[in-house]
Amino acid sequence: MSDCKNWKEMKDVGKPKKWQDVPMGGIAYGASAENVETGQWRSIRPVWNEEECISCMLCWVQCPDRSITTDENGKVTGIDYFYCKGCGICAHVCPKKAIEMRPEADFA
Amino acid sequence: MPRKEITSGNWAFAEAMRQIDPDVVAAYPITPSTDIIMKFAEFVANGKVETNFVTVESEHSAITACVTASAAGARVMTASSANGVALMHEIFPIAGCFRTPIVFGLVNRSVGAPINIHCDHSDSMGQRDLGWIHLYCEDAQEAYDSAIMAVRLSENNDVLTPVFVCQDGFITSHGFEPVEYLDDETVKNFVGEREPLNSLLDVDNPVSYGSFAMSEYYFEIKRQQIEANKKALELYDGIAKEYEAVSGRYYPMIDCYRTEDADHVIVIMSSASGAVKDVVDEMRDKGHKVGCLRIRMFRPFPKEAVAAALKGKKAVAVLDRCLSLGGTAPLVAEVRSALYASGEMIPTNSCIYGLGGRDFFPQYAEDIFMDLINGKISPEERYIGLLE
Ligand code: SF4
Ligand code: SF4
Repeated sequence: MSDCKNWKEMKDVGKPKKWQDVPMGGIAYGASAENVETGQWRSIRPVWNEEECISCMLCWVQCPDRSITTDENGKVTGIDYFYCKGCGICAHVCPKKAIEMRPEADFA
Repeated sequence: MPRKEITSGNWAFAEAMRQIDPDVVAAYPITPSTDIIMKFAEFVANGKVETNFVTVESEHSAITACVTASAAGARVMTASSANGVALMHEIFPIAGCFRTPIVFGLVNRSVGAPINIHCDHSDSMGQRDLGWIHLYCEDAQEAYDSAIMAVRLSENNDVLTPVFVCQDGFITSHGFEPVEYLDDETVKNFVGEREPLNSLLDVDNPVSYGSFAMSEYYFEIKRQQIEANKKALELYDGIAKEYEAVSGRYYPMIDCYRTEDADHVIVIMSSASGAVKDVVDEMRDKGHKVGCLRIRMFRPFPKEAVAAALKGKKAVAVLDRCLSLGGTAPLVAEVRSALYASGEMIPTNSCIYGLGGRDFFPQYAEDIFMDLINGKISPEERYIGLLE
């Protein structure tokens, strides 16, 4: 049985040093996915063109990584590259071709 | 007030499900467990339970739905048999590791091929090392009582391990016999409410299930499951005694029938032990000191209790209703290992019986006892009732 029964206790323990410290069943405490920079996996990058965008929100709905950012009025403001994995769905669904997929190498 | 009914093992299990009123039941039918789910579906249709009853397209989906519902904090039950159980195999260790309590009515049936609908233990024994508790019931009454006790064992936050409540296909599941039911209120109070740890629905304490654990932590997580099994061994008897207080029926991990002063003992599980116990009585009347040790809890295996019960015996025969092809049958392997570890070098005959529903007659038990008494002990497997 893990000695840590919730994520708050887990935070105090830090990296487990004995089996009792490991979260039970390999559960990850806390909304830990928020801290994972999936953007590191990207090999092609969506580039958003503000001029063409009509904020139809199709890309926002379809993005599997919650990477399309919006302002308080619900207008698209760009792409969060911390999470964006470069799957290209947004570019594919955009009716205005306002998103272009370009190789990461272009930005190196 | 408790009430008595003439009923079957399957219906008795379904009645326990009605009284437990689990939050979620996800199931797919397969003989001989189908009856459990049919009866339960009737309860659902007639508004007798509040359960969210999920009908799915396969056993694999059924057990997957059970695991996820349990991770969400629900009280979960299901049932299956034979190749249905085999199809669930991939998900069983996930349920074990995720520590998702589930009470599973496993109605033992031989795994095909050849296709056969009758009883042996090859379905549950194929799942014996996956982190589930296994309880094997002798009759319908025990199947009913075990379903209720299993809820408490499975959901105990020091155990959090799914439980198979096994009964013999057709013999117990479809045979009719008197069963005493507790009243609904007593069952409700006994099982209480589940208090889940790490519920997926607890948004104030968010958790993710199913994360990656490579060589750094996989071993440690397995070690925790070992601990959960130890806890189950430790806590089982307390739950059984509590159940005795409300029902008058006590089910120890191992059922020692006239073994105390016996010289020769048959070790067996499930329904066939009834025939062995009858033979024990008859042979006792003729002056033979024989006994029957019925193993009720197979996982975690109560090694110490088994070794203590067999200590000092002249010889024992272990009867498996299952093969381990190319190896040693599961029950005899456990019993010999428990004896060896405790320093008891007791001669042990290994007998395979009842495969694919082959009848087990009292005469067989008598012959097995007579071999022990006459010193006919040998290391090779014996086949009881085989055409040879
Ligand atoms: S799909 Fe294209 S037009 Fe629509 S919001 Fe996204 S970028 Fe703008
Ligand atoms: S490329 Fe994929 S992940 Fe990145 S913003 Fe577009 S849809 Fe989202």
